[in-house]
Amino acid sequence: MKVSESWLREWCNPSLALDALGHQLTMAGCEVEGVEPVATAFSGIVVAEVLTVTKHPDADKLNVCTVSYGTDEVLQIVCGAPNVRAGMKAPLALIGAKLPMPDGSTLTIKKGKLRGVESQGMLCSAAEMGMSDKSDGLLDLPADAPVGTPLREYLKLDDQVLELNITPNRGDCLSIAGVAREASLLTSAPLVPPAIPTIAASTQDTFKVTIAATEACPRYAGRVVRGVNAKASTPLWMKEKLRRQGLRSIAPLVDITNYVLIELGQPMHAFDLNQLQGEITVRLAHNGEQITLLDGQSIELKDNTLLITDQAGAVAIAGIMGGQRTAVSLETTDLFLESAHFAPSAIAGRARQYGLQTDASYRYERGVAADLCVQALERATQLVLEICGGQAGPIVDNVAEASALTKRSVTLRAARIKRVLGITLEHAEVKALLERLGCEVTDTAEGWQVLVPLARFDITIEEDLLEEVARVYGYDAIPAVMRPLTPMLHLPSQESVRLEQLRAPLIARGYQEAVTFSFVDEAIEEQLSPGIDRIRLLNPLSAELGLMRSTLWSGLLRAVSYNLNRQQTRVRLFEVGAAFSLEEGQLQQRRKIAGVVTGFNEPEQWAAPKRKVDFFDIKGDVEAILAAVSGETFYFIPVVHAALHPGQCAQIATKEQVVGWVGALHPQLESTLGLDQSVFLFELDLAYLQKARVPHYTAVSKFPALRRDLSLVMDSHVLAQSLERIIANVAPPQVVSWTIFDIYTGQGVELGKKSVALNLIIQDASRTLEDSEVNTIVATVVAALEAETGATLR
Amino acid sequence: MQSLLELMGQAHEQLSQAASLAALDQVRVHYLGKSGLLTGQLKQLGKLSPDERKAAGQEINNAKQVLIEALEARRESLQAEALNARLQSEAVDVTLPGRGMSQGGLHPITLTIQRMSEIFGQLGFEMAEGPEIEDDFHNFTALNIPETHPARAMHDTFYLENGLLLRTHTSPVQVRYLMNHKPPVRVIAAGRVYRCDSDMTHSPMFHQMEGLMVDTDITFADLKGILKTFFREFFEVDDLETRFRASFFPFTEPSAETDITCVHCQGKGCRVCKNTGWLEVMGCGMVHPNVLKNVGVDSEAYTGFAFGMGVERLAMLRYQINDLRVMFDNDVRFLTQFH
Repeated sequence: MKVSESWLREWCNPSLALDALGHQLTMAGCEVEGVEPVATAFSGIVVAEVLTVTKHPDADKLNVCTVSYGTDEVLQIVCGAPNVRAGMKAPLALIGAKLPMPDGSTLTIKKGKLRGVESQGMLCSAAEMGMSDKSDGLLDLPADAPVGTPLREYLKLDDQVLELNITPNRGDCLSIAGVAREASLLTSAPLVPPAIPTIAASTQDTFKVTIAATEACPRYAGRVVRGVNAKASTPLWMKEKLRRQGLRSIAPLVDITNYVLIELGQPMHAFDLNQLQGEITVRLAHNGEQITLLDGQSIELKDNTLLITDQAGAVAIAGIMGGQRTAVSLETTDLFLESAHFAPSAIAGRARQYGLQTDASYRYERGVAADLCVQALERATQLVLEICGGQAGPIVDNVAEASALTKRSVTLRAARIKRVLGITLEHAEVKALLERLGCEVTDTAEGWQVLVPLARFDITIEEDLLEEVARVYGYDAIPAVMRPLTPMLHLPSQESVRLEQLRAPLIARGYQEAVTFSFVDEAIEEQLSPGIDRIRLLNPLSAELGLMRSTLWSGLLRAVSYNLNRQQTRVRLFEVGAAFSLEEGQLQQRRKIAGVVTGFNEPEQWAAPKRKVDFFDIKGDVEAILAAVSGETFYFIPVVHAALHPGQCAQIATKEQVVGWVGALHPQLESTLGLDQSVFLFELDLAYLQKARVPHYTAVSKFPALRRDLSLVMDSHVLAQSLERIIANVAPPQVVSWTIFDIYTGQGVELGKKSVALNLIIQDASRTLEDSEVNTIVATVVAALEAETGATLR
Repeated sequence: MQSLLELMGQAHEQLSQAASLAALDQVRVHYLGKSGLLTGQLKQLGKLSPDERKAAGQEINNAKQVLIEALEARRESLQAEALNARLQSEAVDVTLPGRGMSQGGLHPITLTIQRMSEIFGQLGFEMAEGPEIEDDFHNFTALNIPETHPARAMHDTFYLENGLLLRTHTSPVQVRYLMNHKPPVRVIAAGRVYRCDSDMTHSPMFHQMEGLMVDTDITFADLKGILKTFFREFFEVDDLETRFRASFFPFTEPSAETDITCVHCQGKGCRVCKNTGWLEVMGCGMVHPNVLKNVGVDSEAYTGFAFGMGVERLAMLRYQINDLRVMFDNDVRFLTQFH
C-alpha cells in the first residue's frame, strides 16, 4: 500500500520526521518497505502561460511559442509537444533550471537554438520531472494555476511516498484513514479526518435493492445522482493524489470512487442508472451464469460467488468487479452509487478463482468495516457534485443483518498479560491503550471487557488483544529474558546410526555434499528408474521440474554434467535427501544417501600414478559407509539395474531387504546424458542403515597367529562371495580371518579360468597350534573349495 | 717371521685403508682371528724360555689391545660415515605435497543447520523431522491457516496429483511433534520446503528451521531472550542486537518479524541491509491458541513460542555468499570452499 506523506499528514500530523514516523509504523506492524519522492529533485520550474503558438519555419513537429511566467518578460520557447496550445498553463523550466535525468545525470537548461530558432527555456512534461514513466505531451495545468509560482510549491512536490507492507490481518490499514489511525495511535498526534458533509437530497429518486444473500451482504447502501457531467475533467489535485498512490486518472467518476477507496478504504461502484433494468438483487450466482466484466472479459460463474444483479442478469461480481453492461461511460448522465458491506468470507478466494484481483476484492477479502458505507457514500456524492454536478437522491441504506453492525466483545484478563507477554502493566495503562485503539472498555474483576471497532476484523480472541497491547506498548519495551533452562537430554541411542557417521567416511574419501532440487526431469528419471509409480506436480515451474525424484541420481548426474561442462573433470558428490514414489498406491518418502564419482580416483599428484576411478573404488566407499552399521551384514549381489552397466552393477541387500545399488552408469545413458567419461553411482536407503551394535569386547589371543597362503585356479565366473560362504561353512573358529590378495588371469592360466591367491590367518585363543593341526585346517578348507567350485591348488 | 713391530705397522696401515665395515672385519680376522697373524705370534710363545715368554707375551698383548682399540675407533667412524651417507641419500623435498585423497566436505546449508542445531541442542531442543510431501491438514488447517488464506493459492504452493502438497514451511513438524509429545517440549526441525517462486532471490526449494518451545510459563520475553542468545552465538557477535517487529502469521499471536544488526556493516548501513542497518532473519511469535487446541494442548495451562528461519539466508550471511542460486548449482569450485 502506497501512502503519500502529505496526504497522511492532512489526516494526522505528528511532529516527527518521516523516517522517525516510518520507524514507528514499521515496529508496530506496518512495515515501510521503501520511500520514493513524488518527483525528481528538479529546480527552476515555474507555472507559465502559453501566449501564442506558431509553426517552426524549418521543422514540422516543432512550434515556436511565446510564454509568460509572471514577470513582464515574455520568453520565446521552441516546443515539440503535440498538446501545446495558446492559453494553456504548463510547467516552464527557466534558463538555469536543473532537471535530474533517469541515468543519474542532470540536465541544465540553457539558452539555445533549435533548428535555427532561439529557445529561452523548456516547457515540461510530467515524465521530464519524474512524475510519470512516460508522457505524451506537456503537463496540462489547471486554468487557474497561478503563473510564476514555482511548480514544486504549486503541486506540493516536496512529498514522499511510503511503500507499506500491510499484513493480511490488517485490512483496516489499506487506506489513508487507516494508516492515519495507526500513526495517531503510535504517536498520540490527533487524528483530523476531513469534514464529510451530509448531502441533502435534491431529488427524491431512489433505486430498489433487495438483499437475498443476507449473510454474504449484510448491508448495501445506495443513492441515485442525476444529471452528472461524466465528461468533466478530474481536478489536478485529485489526479496528483491518485498518482502518488499509484493510480492513473481515467475519468472523473472512476477517479472519484478510486479516491474514496484510497482515502477511506471503502470500495464503491458507480452504475449507469439508465442501463440498470428493474431493480437490484444481491444474490449468489447460479453455476454457469455468465457476466462480461468492465475489462471486456467474459466469466462463467460458480455458485459460491456473490452477485449484484438486475432483471436482465448479473451487473457486477460483488466486491470484485463491475460488469460492462451497466458501467459508467462518458455519456452517462444518471448514476446509481453503491457502497456495500460484504462479509470477508463471501469474497475471500473468489477473485482468485477467476484469476482476478482488484483493489476492491483485496480490501473486501481482508474486511471492510460495516459502519463505513454511508460515510463513504456521502464522501463520494460530495465529490461527484463538486466535479460533475448533478442532483443527489436520498441514501437508501439496506441493512439485512443488523448483527454485522454489532461490535465484537472480547475479554482480556490482566493475568494473561503477565503470563503471555511477560510484562506487568498498570490497569489504567491497559485501559487507556485499548481506548486509543478505538475500543470501548469496561472494567471486570479479572481485567477488561472490550468492544472492538468494526474495522478490526483481526481481533476476535484474547490473544489478539494481547498482540495489540504488546505492539502499542512496544515489542522493544518487552525485556529479552534468558530464562534458566532445566536440562532436557536428547542423546541419540548408541544403537542407532547417526547421519554424521554415514557422511564422515564419504567426506574423508573426497566427496563433496551436493544439494539438488527434489523435482526433476521426467525424461531422465524414466531412464534412471524405469517402472516406478511416480509423483507429479500439478503446477510445476517448468516441465523439467515436473516430477518428484524417485532417486537422487537425476540431480547428482545433472550436477556432474554441470561440472564437466566447466572443465571440472574429477567430480565426487553425495547427497542426502528424500526420494518419492508410490508403492502399491501408497506414498513413500524414503530418505536416501547417494553418491556419484567420475574422473581420476585421486587428485592428480606427483607421488601416485594416475588412475581412473573404477567399480572397486566406489564399492570401497560404500563399504566404508556400511561399516558404520555395525549390527548388520550386507551382501553385494550381481543383479542387473536398468541404469547401470550390467557387468559392473550390484544390488546391496541384507538378509531381508534390498538396501541399495552400486555400479557404473550404463554406457548408453552416459551418451544420452552427454557425459564423455565413465561415471559410477551408489544409492542406499537410510531406513535400513540405522541399526548399530554397542561393541562387546572379546579377549585378544596371546598365542601366535600363522598365515598360510593358497593359490587356487578356478572358473573365472566363481564369485568371491561363494568362496567366502564355503570357507565360513567349513573353517573352524581358529581361522580368524581370510583375504583374497591377488587375482590373476593370463599367461600360465587357462582361458576361462583365474588364479585366486588368498591367505588364511589361523590362531587359537588358548594355545599355540602345532604345524600338523594347521595343515589339517588348511586341507579342510582346500578340500571344500575344490569340491564346491572345481578349483585346483596351483 | 715378521717382527711384531712390522706386523703392527702393517695392521694399522690396512685398517686405516678399510673403506667399509666388511673390509674392516677382514682386517680384524686377518690379525686377530683364530688363525690371525697376531694370534699366530701368541702361539709361537711356547718356543720361548719362560722369562722371554713373559716379556714377549706382554708385548704381544699390548699390541693386540692397541689394535682392538684402533679397530673399534675405525668401526665407529665407518658407521658414522655410513649413517651420514644413508641420511643424505634418503633426504626428500619436504615441500612437495603429501600423497593421497582430496578432502571432501559438507554443503554450507548442512554446515549451517549443524551449527544451528548445536546451539539449540545445548539449550535442550530436540531435533525432529517430518515428511516433505504433506497434507492440507498438517501444512495449513492445523496451523490455523483458513481455506482462503493467500498462502494456499496455487501461486505459492506446489500441489500433487494425489491432492497432497509439498510443505511450504517446516511448521507442520510442530503439529506432528505436539501430537506425539506432551509438553513441556523444546524441539527444532530443519529441512526442505517448497514454494512456486523462482527469481534472483527466491528458489522454489529452500530450507527452513522451525523451533518450538511449550511449557507452563513461556512468555514473549522468553522468546526474545532465547532467540537473541541464539543469534549472538550463531554469528559470534557478543553485542549483536535483535529487533522484534509486530507482524502476522496465522499460527502465532502475537507475531513478530525479527531483525538483527547487519553483520556486514555492524549496523552502519550497507548494500546488504539496504542501508537500514538491520537484516530480517526470522518470523516468530507465541503459538496461537487454535494451534494448541488443534493438537490437543490446553492453551490455558500451556503457552509457547515458535519460530522459523531461512537456512539459506543465515548461510549466505555467515559465509558471505551473495547469490542464492549458487547454493544449488553444485559447482565443485563452490562446494570445496567450505572445508
